[in-house]
Amino acid sequence: MPVLALTNTMRCFTQLCVLVAAMIVNGSVNHAHGTDIKRQHAHIAVASNFIKPMTLLAQDFENKSGHTLTISYASSGKIYAQIIHGAPFDVFLSADQEKPKQLAEKQLIHSNFHITYAIGKLVLWSNTVGHESPIERLQSNQYSKLALANPKFAPYGQAAVAVLDKLAIKEKSRPKWVLGESISQAYQFVASGNAEIGFIAKSQLPKQGAFSTIDQTLHPAIRQDAVLLKRAMNNKSAMAFFEYLQSNDAKKIIQSFDYDTE
Amino acid sequence: MSNTNLNIKQTLTRLNQNKLPSFSLAVDIQLPSQGITAVLGESGCGKTTLLRCIAGLEKDVRGHVIVNSEIWQNDDFYLPAHQRKTGFVFQDAQLFSHMTVKQNLAFAVKRSHTKVDNIYYTDVITTLGIAHLERRDSINLSGGERQRVAIARALLIRPQLLLMDEPLASLDAARKREILPYLLCIQRQFNIPIVYVSHSTDEITKIASHVLIMEQGKVVRNAPINEVFSVNNLPLNYAHETSSIVDAKIISRHQQWHLLEVSANGFSLFIEDTGQAIGDELRLRIHASDVSVALKEEQSNSIINKLAAVIRKIDIDDNKASLIIKADVTGSDSSLVAKVTRKSINDLKLKEQMTVWLQIKSVAILT
Amino acid sequence: MFLSDSDIDAIILTLKLASTVTFILLLLCTPLAYWLARTQSWLKAPVSALVAMPLILPPTVIGFYLLIAMGPNGPIGELSQSLGIGLLPFSFWGLVLGSLFYSLPFVVQPIQNAIEAIGTKPIEAAATLHSTPLSTFIYIVLPLAKPGFLSAAVLGFAHTVGEFGIVLMIGGNIPKETKVVSIQIYDNVEALNYTGAHTLSAVMLIFSLLVLLSLYTLQQQSKSAIFSVGR
Repeated sequence: MPVLALTNTMRCFTQLCVLVAAMIVNGSVNHAHGTDIKRQHAHIAVASNFIKPMTLLAQDFENKSGHTLTISYASSGKIYAQIIHGAPFDVFLSADQEKPKQLAEKQLIHSNFHITYAIGKLVLWSNTVGHESPIERLQSNQYSKLALANPKFAPYGQAAVAVLDKLAIKEKSRPKWVLGESISQAYQFVASGNAEIGFIAKSQLPKQGAFSTIDQTLHPAIRQDAVLLKRAMNNKSAMAFFEYLQSNDAKKIIQSFDYDTE
Repeated sequence: MSNTNLNIKQTLTRLNQNKLPSFSLAVDIQLPSQGITAVLGESGCGKTTLLRCIAGLEKDVRGHVIVNSEIWQNDDFYLPAHQRKTGFVFQDAQLFSHMTVKQNLAFAVKRSHTKVDNIYYTDVITTLGIAHLERRDSINLSGGERQRVAIARALLIRPQLLLMDEPLASLDAARKREILPYLLCIQRQFNIPIVYVSHSTDEITKIASHVLIMEQGKVVRNAPINEVFSVNNLPLNYAHETSSIVDAKIISRHQQWHLLEVSANGFSLFIEDTGQAIGDELRLRIHASDVSVALKEEQSNSIINKLAAVIRKIDIDDNKASLIIKADVTGSDSSLVAKVTRKSINDLKLKEQMTVWLQIKSVAILT
Repeated sequence: MFLSDSDIDAIILTLKLASTVTFILLLLCTPLAYWLARTQSWLKAPVSALVAMPLILPPTVIGFYLLIAMGPNGPIGELSQSLGIGLLPFSFWGLVLGSLFYSLPFVVQPIQNAIEAIGTKPIEAAATLHSTPLSTFIYIVLPLAKPGFLSAAVLGFAHTVGEFGIVLMIGGNIPKETKVVSIQIYDNVEALNYTGAHTLSAVMLIFSLLVLLSLYTLQQQSKSAIFSVGR
């Protein structure tokens, strides 16, 4: 029995060795031909609030062009941090303008490849339908919690605060703010009923509840910028996708999610 | 005290992992509630379990426990362990390691149902010789010291009944000799009945007044000490233990021969001088194999202890070479056992009611 | 490296949260751990599994369910409203409740291990000395399990300090109420304020190191190995 166990262990060990060796060899092969293979597709980093449109965009683009895409979703702040620390992204679709601007300052992008791919619309949403519209509830102070994205870094949050400022209820409402790390979390707070009203993106608006559209003149435009990273200058797939993003086909899809385009 | 007793009927079945019975205890006994009752048996016979049942430490047991007509358990009542007036001395002492000796003792004093006054307290710790240990940490004691503290602690709750689970098992021979006298002493001094579990015949013959022998969860013998071993059909493990146990008192010293004369309930014996004082009490053990039977008082041999006796009983067993003869010593209430070959019984034509001479080759002094 | 006022607010709030949670957890977990250490019941396995869940569940999962459960239509929310407390999310006590779940195994397990290590013998010995179960618990079990309680307190406290996912979900980022250190760091990172993030992170790093150091020193001092947490 111990002898058998020993042989088994040894067999396992040998298999492991073979496996590891194979991985090393494969790895180096990949590395050798990596430049060619990578040219076949692009790695796109996308702000989390753009997941749904991006899925359709990617499908449409891959069908039409034959290029393939790898997509990573995260908050813009995280993607930014990853890029400046060498993450292998070719195109970055940010949820704001701040991060692309910072990347430009760091000379990590080419100024010719910096566009606004979507302009968000802000709505004030309530999960329940009442006699008063959400904006009336906000103005008459009939709520206990107001959800918004963190204005410190989320453009929808900055827009929401601008609106509150214009309506002259910023300071009055401040104690009732609950801040989501993103606009999706602000949505979650309202959807779960923990906040009665909340500023969310029109693109997220569900069928239930009631909403008030916010006049776009009340806040700075919520522009979402996309950039091509310098490392992708020779990546045909990345270039193709960046071009596609400005096409009418792409704009149509983006607009269908209640964004404006330029 | 003497007419009350312990009435114990307990059944318990333990299951193994496959839900099959791995051990069962079935006991229905009456025990004297005075003196030291020894529970003797091999390991695994259930003697510790029986003790734990009496203490209320076995929850799944059925039956009854009645101590001095106080019901501790019956079909619809179970007195929890902490309400039973028992003291328990564990094999490994179980002193509380985070307390000093004094704190261990105080733990018991504080919880005693009867008030423990200074006199009793001092009495206990001096009897057990632990007064000088009070300030010590309980983890820094020797095995013997630890056990003495444990016994003192159990006594300090003023129990009606003291239960001891092989208190000497973890000690070496010297420590055993150190503690045994304390046991006899506390029994006499505090007049507490003790149930004492042990696997050592040696230990229990020295101190017990009553003996219970257990095998496989059952009680196979339940008799006073002077009777329990004086039978033929002892359980196999104790077959060689057949003997008479005699309590005696020293009556005179024969300095020139280095002998003591002791009197045991109507007859007297010579034993080697142990240096004890006249009037001291001794317990003697006479193995059946050390006793031979003669038809008349034999003068032509070296044996000095010869007693006239009447054969009360010969256990006939045709399958054995030797038999046990039980004979009542003339002029005494005592009887002794002798191991005699079946051939000799036949040759001498030994019969019950015959008067014979018992020749005792050696007497072991137990205490 | 200077801490801003809001950093200091976050640190004070974090310490307050962790102390409150640790205190409540020690009270709650002691009987629970005692029961787990002693019981033969079939319920032991399912209860142990429930207690250990936060060890493997991503905190965001716990936070997400808590947000729903504590909402106006969730069971906890309905209870808290009927008790007149109102809704718990975005409040200090909401965080306390969330942290109770999150840090539960870190407090239960060291105590349970310590009590298991004591075994039944001292407890039986105490019972034969006429000690009631409560008195046995106070005078025998608690002192013997002291190292377990200490490590439970240290781990519970430290783990609550390090909590992030749940607070992110149910906190709402309210200064002095729900904005704890980890959230403050996250905000700084998201806002590209890396200097601020560095400062607070360094504070957290030193804190964690000190906690672990004290824990292992404690472990070395006590003879029994009762610190295994993950098991």
